[in-house]
Amino acid sequence: MLEPFFLRALIASLGLALVAAPLGCFVVWQRMAYFGETVAQAGLIGVALGLALQMDVTWGVLIVALAVAALLLWFSRQKLVALDSILGLLHHAALAAGVIATSMIKGAPVDLTGFLFGDVFAVTRQDVAIILVGGAIVLAIVAWLWQPLLRLAVHEDLAAAEGVDRELVRTAFIVLLAVAIAVAMKIVGILLVMAFLVVPAVAARPLSRTPERMVALTALIAAGSVLSGLWLSATFDSPGGPSIVLIMSVLAAVSLSWASLSRANRPRG
Amino acid sequence: MSQREGPAAPALVPCGHGSGHACAHRQGDASPRPVDSVALISARGICVSRHGRDLLIDVDIDIHAREIVTLIGPNGAGKTTLVRVLLGLERPDRGVVHRRRDLKIGYVPQRFDSDIAIPMTVEGFLRLGGSYSDAHIDQILKYVDAASARHQQLGELSGGETQRVLLARALLRQPNLLVLDEPVQGVDYSGEADLYNLIARLRDEAGYGVLLVSHDLHIVMARSDRVICLNHHVCCSGMPEAVAQHPSYGRLFGAEAARAFALYRHHHDHSHDLAGMPKAVTAAGDEAAGEGERPRPARGDE
Repeated sequence: MLEPFFLRALIASLGLALVAAPLGCFVVWQRMAYFGETVAQAGLIGVALGLALQMDVTWGVLIVALAVAALLLWFSRQKLVALDSILGLLHHAALAAGVIATSMIKGAPVDLTGFLFGDVFAVTRQDVAIILVGGAIVLAIVAWLWQPLLRLAVHEDLAAAEGVDRELVRTAFIVLLAVAIAVAMKIVGILLVMAFLVVPAVAARPLSRTPERMVALTALIAAGSVLSGLWLSATFDSPGGPSIVLIMSVLAAVSLSWASLSRANRPRG
Repeated sequence: MSQREGPAAPALVPCGHGSGHACAHRQGDASPRPVDSVALISARGICVSRHGRDLLIDVDIDIHAREIVTLIGPNGAGKTTLVRVLLGLERPDRGVVHRRRDLKIGYVPQRFDSDIAIPMTVEGFLRLGGSYSDAHIDQILKYVDAASARHQQLGELSGGETQRVLLARALLRQPNLLVLDEPVQGVDYSGEADLYNLIARLRDEAGYGVLLVSHDLHIVMARSDRVICLNHHVCCSGMPEAVAQHPSYGRLFGAEAARAFALYRHHHDHSHDLAGMPKAVTAAGDEAAGEGERPRPARGDE
């Protein structure tokens, strides 16, 4: 059963699950899911860029993701329109622009499905190497920034008043998020990449009493979902990335239902 | 509780300029008045405007060690903005903030999101502020009367417990300046009195400077050495009693509030060794005149 392509898919998605766990938790803690979603969907423009310049699309996605993140941060400096509304506008605009951009690439028509939903069984040895090396670097930086990141996530003003450099730490986090999105794109696609990050963290939240435990549980839930999702995919010939995300979502739904039930039974609201 | 070692507060310093003296009119030299380098924190000529509205106009403020300074003013008067400027969270459009080299701030923020998305125990939250020993955390939690909350989730705390835990985090840092923004929101009346007793104790025992922010005079005044009444600019500042009698205080809060305060003071005279109202005013005025450390002369009522 473990043919080389399946083994590559397994290693790549398990590696990604580990890297995504702390990032997904911080996205949930800082309520940045929609922000990430917009950055990820702008990745399709990056795909077009990569194809047009004939380089690995991962680089194109990374460049565009960083540019869009910077644009969003700049937009958030004005306080007249909530960032929420701007994101609602921009993530559709980004997707539309991406579809148009890829359609204008010369040569053979581009199959969008692979980019939108990922093609986990098509990952190459080079992709696996990028995920493992890139992932290790991302994890190392997250571990190094863990304390300041957590302090900012708990109470930004308090952390800043105590001396945490919020601009630096926040910028570092957004760069890490953009890297994760670019790397994950080949496996789960730009439409599902944020789900891959956020859904396991959501599932882990009700079962956690400390941030460290939540990250560990998130990684565990993501890894379990990868294994069962790929098994599902191999057995029923369903698409790999969507199968993984579907399993994650079921787990999150179960966890949230349990949390709602036990909260309803508690005397205090 | 006679804390008079620090520079004496003038009985009353009325606003140095007329109203309508907006920031835009003061272009050129940033501040003609020198900062007070003895103070823990000293700001001069602070101006902040947002969206074309002046939030802070030419504000001066000093906080010394062993001094409880209360910043009062109606909602939207710019109190929180001033605190954010002093903390370095916001840059003023004009003006200077001088922080003493050894300044270490313990900040107790106004609000804390109670449906916090992060799973975290009180102990984990306290440990975020630095590396502290088990015994130290234990001691501080007992000191603020929150020992039982140690293993509770942050999101499950009541308003009063949250305030005490935030205070514990600030105290663990062993600061020399404690900044509390509206510390009694969501705290019941007796909890409020406890909190102010605790703050006064910290000033007396550890020599902290304290900056309190409050939207009215109320109980907080009894514990303050100096009150600064802010409504975008400094309306008046000085001893609590003098501020309460100042016409601009009456304009801001209504004569009712001034009378209520006077009653409150009178009622509590017996339990503190603070002098009665008229005496306090003259006594402080004498002291201010005697020490002469202030850049600005103490002046009585207009």
